[in-house]
Amino acid sequence: MSRVGLVVVSHSAGLAAGVVEVAAQMAPDVIVVPAGGTADGGIGTDFDAVAAALDRAESGAGVVLLYDLGSARMVAEMAVEVTEGARLVDAPLVEGTVAAAVAAQGGADLDDVAHAALEAVEVPGGPVVAEGVAGGVDIIGSQSIAAAQPTAPAEVVVPLTNEIGLHARPAAMVARAMTQLDARVTVRYGDATADGRSVLALMALGARGGDEVHVSATGPQADEALQTFQDLAARDFDE
Amino acid sequence: MGCTANDLVTALKAAAATIEEHRVELIQLDRVIGDGDHGENMDRGFKAVLTALDANTPDTPAAVLKLVATTLISKVGGAAGPLYGTAFLRASTAVKDRAELEPADLTEALTAALGGIVARGKAEPGDKTMVDALDPAVRAAKGDTATELLAAAAAAAETGADATVPLVARKGRASYLGERSAGHMDPGARSTALLLRAFAEVAAR
Ligand SMILES: Nc1ncnc2c1ncn2[C@@H]1O[C@H](COP(=O)(O)OP(=O)(O)OP(=O)(O)O)[C@@H](O)[C@H]1O
Ligand SMILES: [Mg+2]
Repeated sequence: MSRVGLVVVSHSAGLAAGVVEVAAQMAPDVIVVPAGGTADGGIGTDFDAVAAALDRAESGAGVVLLYDLGSARMVAEMAVEVTEGARLVDAPLVEGTVAAAVAAQGGADLDDVAHAALEAVEVPGGPVVAEGVAGGVDIIGSQSIAAAQPTAPAEVVVPLTNEIGLHARPAAMVARAMTQLDARVTVRYGDATADGRSVLALMALGARGGDEVHVSATGPQADEALQTFQDLAARDFDE
Repeated sequence: MGCTANDLVTALKAAAATIEEHRVELIQLDRVIGDGDHGENMDRGFKAVLTALDANTPDTPAAVLKLVATTLISKVGGAAGPLYGTAFLRASTAVKDRAELEPADLTEALTAALGGIVARGKAEPGDKTMVDALDPAVRAAKGDTATELLAAAAAAAETGADATVPLVARKGRASYLGERSAGHMDPGARSTALLLRAFAEVAAR
């Protein structure tokens, strides 16, 4: 199966490579290509490098591009204009790339991967994050999802018996599994809640081994989602 | 007698020379309200344009403009690359297959160039960008000869660039400075004025 690829467009080769490194850890089978810095190794953007990266990231399912600022957006936009199946998203670079990579790893299509990146801004329990991006990011996507959410979700309480709780790898496992289901999953720990598809939000809950989380779900596959979560936890997330 | 592909090449060589001459000035302007690379970016881009024009000599104005566009897009390395690149690309499309550009074609090319920059960067007049030089230039670009038309455009661009000094930037790097961007000229507006002045001087020869 070919997966959606990603391109990280940045002013700095080091920054692009670092973002790719972080994302790749959670999505080992996704092609994430850095396009950072100018051709001579300086700070800036390089259209040719972006076009080449786009080409490398394409394996038949499309490519999502994320960028840091200014001309990175412009060169990415120009590359997308001349490439079919490429999508530019206005999302925070690190969170957006990680969220998109996890979605792509789970086999999500181009639309859903782009959406996952956009949704990365919606980190529950993270007021600073939410505030910082509210003005600059297209949040129409996440609003429409919230509006479509029906009431009275099913809920289960899940004990975390593994040692590290909902840390990076378990969080990525959960998010990956939830991405594949047609359900809206919310994980609550104390006062904080997280979107079940968002690795970062799940990690931000800070739920550790020995804690309990409340998992609720709505949508056509809500029951499967709850069951999947319980199964993963019961297996200690394959720790 | 209109402006041929050869005349355009002459104008671009003059533009490259002007940019080289003002490289440090553009760097200094950008250092105050940006990241200090505008002079370097523009000089790298226009030097690459000279190399490209030496390597192949396109025989229509549209082909010259297109070569400039793709070179700037590839080589500039900052916002000025996609912005000026899109401008030259749109200008190239606007002049179609004309062998010589009459004054009306020049107006059309400048109008298309402005449209390209706005489409790419989404800046409006008053945002303290190169649009603040090119927009008045396009409106002033009138005349019975290329000489007159370009002289009027260059003068308007210079006035427009000067008028960016008190503005607060709302686009580009300088926008991160907010109020602190006021009191300094926008480097991109300055480079636009320099380019138009170089074109006007060639036309006056
Ligand atoms: N969105 C925009 N619309 C129009 N002009 C812009 C925009 N952003 C930047 N500019 C212009 O570009 C000039 C800066 O060009 P420069 O080559 O220094 O790019 P930069 O800002 O350093 O690029 P980067 O976005 O990579 O940081 C500014 O002075 C301004 O005139
Ligand atoms: Mg700059």
